[in-house]
Amino acid sequence: MALLDASGGDIFREEEARMTSSSSKYPEPDGPLLSVRSVTKRYGARIGCEDISFDLWPGEVLGVVGESGSGKSTLLGCLSGQLRPDAGEVLFDTRDRGPVDTLRMSEPQRRHLARTDWAFVHQNPRDGLRMGVSAGGNVGERLMAGGARHYGRIREAASDWLGRVEIDTGRIDDRPRQFSGGMQQRLQIARNLVSGPRLAFMDEPTGGLDVSVQARLLDLLRGLVRDMGLSAVLVTHDLAVVRLLADRLIVMKDGRVVETGLTDQVLDDPQHDYTQLLVSSVLQV
Amino acid sequence: MIEVQNIAKEFTLHNQGGAVLRVMEGASLTVAPGECVALTGASGAGKSTLMRMIWGNYRTDHGMIRVGDVEVSGAKPRRIIALRRSTLGYVSQFLRVVPRVPTLRVVAEPLLVLGMAEDRAEARAAELLTRLNIGENLWSLSPTTFSGGEQQRVNIARGFVHPYPALLLDEPTASLDAANRETVMRLIEEAKARGAAILGIFHDEAARERLCDRQIDVADFVPGRGA
Amino acid sequence: MSDQAYNFAYLDEGTKRMIRRAILKGIAVPGYQVPFASREMPMPYGWGTGGVQVTAAVLTPGDVLKVIDQGADDTTNAVSIRKFFQRTAGVATTERTNEATMIQTRHRIPETPLTGDQILVYQVPIPEPMRFLEPRETETRRIHALADYGLMQVRLYEDIARHGEIATSYAYPVEVAGRYVMDPSPIPKFDNPKLDDCPAIQLFGAGREQRIYALPPYTHVRSLDFEDHPFTASKADHACAICGSGTSYLDEVITDDAGGRMFVCSDTDYCAQNAKGGA
Repeated sequence: MALLDASGGDIFREEEARMTSSSSKYPEPDGPLLSVRSVTKRYGARIGCEDISFDLWPGEVLGVVGESGSGKSTLLGCLSGQLRPDAGEVLFDTRDRGPVDTLRMSEPQRRHLARTDWAFVHQNPRDGLRMGVSAGGNVGERLMAGGARHYGRIREAASDWLGRVEIDTGRIDDRPRQFSGGMQQRLQIARNLVSGPRLAFMDEPTGGLDVSVQARLLDLLRGLVRDMGLSAVLVTHDLAVVRLLADRLIVMKDGRVVETGLTDQVLDDPQHDYTQLLVSSVLQV
Repeated sequence: MIEVQNIAKEFTLHNQGGAVLRVMEGASLTVAPGECVALTGASGAGKSTLMRMIWGNYRTDHGMIRVGDVEVSGAKPRRIIALRRSTLGYVSQFLRVVPRVPTLRVVAEPLLVLGMAEDRAEARAAELLTRLNIGENLWSLSPTTFSGGEQQRVNIARGFVHPYPALLLDEPTASLDAANRETVMRLIEEAKARGAAILGIFHDEAARERLCDRQIDVADFVPGRGA
Repeated sequence: MSDQAYNFAYLDEGTKRMIRRAILKGIAVPGYQVPFASREMPMPYGWGTGGVQVTAAVLTPGDVLKVIDQGADDTTNAVSIRKFFQRTAGVATTERTNEATMIQTRHRIPETPLTGDQILVYQVPIPEPMRFLEPRETETRRIHALADYGLMQVRLYEDIARHGEIATSYAYPVEVAGRYVMDPSPIPKFDNPKLDDCPAIQLFGAGREQRIYALPPYTHVRSLDFEDHPFTASKADHACAICGSGTSYLDEVITDDAGGRMFVCSDTDYCAQNAKGGA
C-alpha cells in the first residue's frame, strides 16, 4: 500500500496497473490456515459429524449449511476445541510453530490460541459476553488476559473497537444487558476481534435478530473480514446469509458433507439432491 | 483471453425423479483481448447458461473453459474467487447486495477488496456514478430501494469500477434511456480500447452492431442440432 | 483447666490430622486453595469456623493464643473464640501481639510486626477471588490451574471504570509467589503490604467453603494493579484520637446523633501500648 500512497499524478492509471498484476491486498499464502482431516464425532451410536475434511485459506469465509441436527454445530465445536472429536486432525497454522494439530495441544496452549488468534461468535450474545461486566471490560478482557496492565491503553483500545462495531463510545461503561440484541451481538464481535485473531468461528451470528439489524451486522462482518484479512467458519441455516458472506460452502446432512464448492455455484447449480431440495425450499421475497 | 472448448452442460433434477436436462453441448469460442463478442440466439437457448459457466457460477461437467491463465472448469473455488476479484468482471441483470449498504460503498467494494484505500476507491466510484447519472443525493442510500433502471446503472458502475481484463455483460443496455445507453456504450468502448476481452448478451441490435466484432449463435450449441 | 469432656482443642485427632495435611499442602503450594472436609463446629458458619478448625489443628498445649476481630480483642467474636479454646484446649491466652504464638484474626493483620515464631490464622468467608465474576467453580479452578487471570484484572478495570480508581478497599486480590491469585480475606487493603515477605506462617481457613490456603514465611505477595493505577495502601487521613498514632489503621466511631465522630486505632492492643508510650 505504501507504493500506492506514494504515487502522484495519474493515480488511477498506476493503481490499475498494479492491482491488475498483483491482484490482492493479501499475498498468496503458502498454505491453508486451517486443515481439517477426517474429523468424526459420535454421541454413543449416534453420529454427530463424520469424516469431515476441508482446507480454509487465509482471508476466506467458509459457510457450513444444513438443517438442525445436520451436525454443523458439532463440527464447529470440534474445530474450536469445545468438543473433543473421536477421530481426525484439526491443523491450525500457528504464528510461531506453523501447522499444529489443535486436538493434541495441551489445554493451556489451546486456551491461549482461543483468546488470541481465534474468535468465537455465539448465536446468543449471552453465551459470549459477561453480562455483569461493562462493555469496556468485556472488550478489554482479552487484552488483560494477554498481559495488558495499562488501564488507559486498554480503555483506548476498547473505545476504538466499540467505534468500529458502531456502538456509541459514550456507552463504554454500560453493561450489555442495557443494550439491544443487535448491539450485544456487535459487542460480542468487538470482544472477540480486539486481539486481532486470524480465525473466527461463528455460530448463527445473525440468528434471532431483526432483518434490518441482520443487514447491518452482515455489512459489518463483511468489512471486518475484508479489512483484517480474517478467515471464518460460519455455521448457519440461512442461505441468504451465506450468499452474502461466504466464499465457499459446505452442505451437511446427517453428519456428513454432501456437497462443497463456491457459494454461488452450490446455490445456483446444486448437484446433490439434498442441496437442490434445500435451495428450492427457500422462500422467495 | 476467454477460451471455451467443447463444453457441455446438463442439469440433474433430483427432486423431479432424477430427470436429466441436457441444455448444451459442443460449445466452443474464444475472445481475444480488445475484442467484443456477442452471444445471440433465442431466449432459453443457453446464452446466460454459457455466461454463468464462464463466471464459474454453473459447474462445467464436460470440456474446458479458460480465462487468462486460470482454467475455470475444475478450478478450486479459491482460484475462481481470485479470478473474479482481479481478472474477470460480470455485469448481471440483477443487483445482489447487502441491504442498507450505501450505493457509493456498493460500487467501491470491488476496489476495497483489492486493497485500494477507501478514499480513492470512493472517488473512483463517485466518478462512475456521476457519469451514469446517479445523483449524488442517492449515493448514501442503499440501491435496493432504487428503480430498475437505477439498479442496473449501479450494477454497471460496479462492473466497470475496476479495469478487469475480461468482462461478461448480460444485457448491459437494457432498460436504459438514450443518454445512459450512450454512456454505457462509451464505457464498453473504453474497456475494449484498453484491451479488455468482452463477451456479452445484447438484445439491443444497434448496440450490438456498434460494439461487437463478432457474433456467436448459441443455437449451434443446443443438443441435437450439433455444430 | 480444660474441660475433660473434649479432646484437646475440641476436634478429634483424625480430623486434626486431615486438616494438617491440607495445611501442609497449602504451604507447599502457596496461594492454592486446598479442599478439606470441614466439620460442623459448635458455632454458626460465618463466625470463623474455618479459622477455628485451622487453629485447633495446629494448636499445642504450650501455645499462647490471641484472638482478634477487626483488630479488637474484646468484641463478641474474639471473646467467644478465645473462651472456646480456653475451655477445650486449656491454652494460655493474651491480648498482646508480641506475646502470642498463635493469632486467630478476622479482617485485620496486627500493626505490630509479626515474627518467625508466630502463626497467623485468618477467618475467610469466600476464598475464591473470582467468585462474583465467574460463578462456576469448575471454571475458576481451571482459571487457577492455567493461571489465566485476565478475568481478575477485569474486576479491577470495572472498579476504575465505575469509580475512577480501584475502589476495592478490602479483600483486595493478590498474586502469590508469581503464581496463584489469592483472596487475602476481607482485610483492609491497608494491610496488604504486611502479607508480603512476612516472617510468620499465615494460614487461611474457610469453613463453609471447605478450603484452606497458606503463605509460607517470606513469601512474595503482590497486590494486583494497573501500571497507570498502581496499588496504594490507604487509610483514613487522621491520627488516632486515643494514642495519636498517625500510621495505624483507623476505625471511624460515631459518638453522638449530631454527626460527632472520632477516629481510633482498630488494633486495640497496638493502641493501648502506644498510648502507654511503649508499643
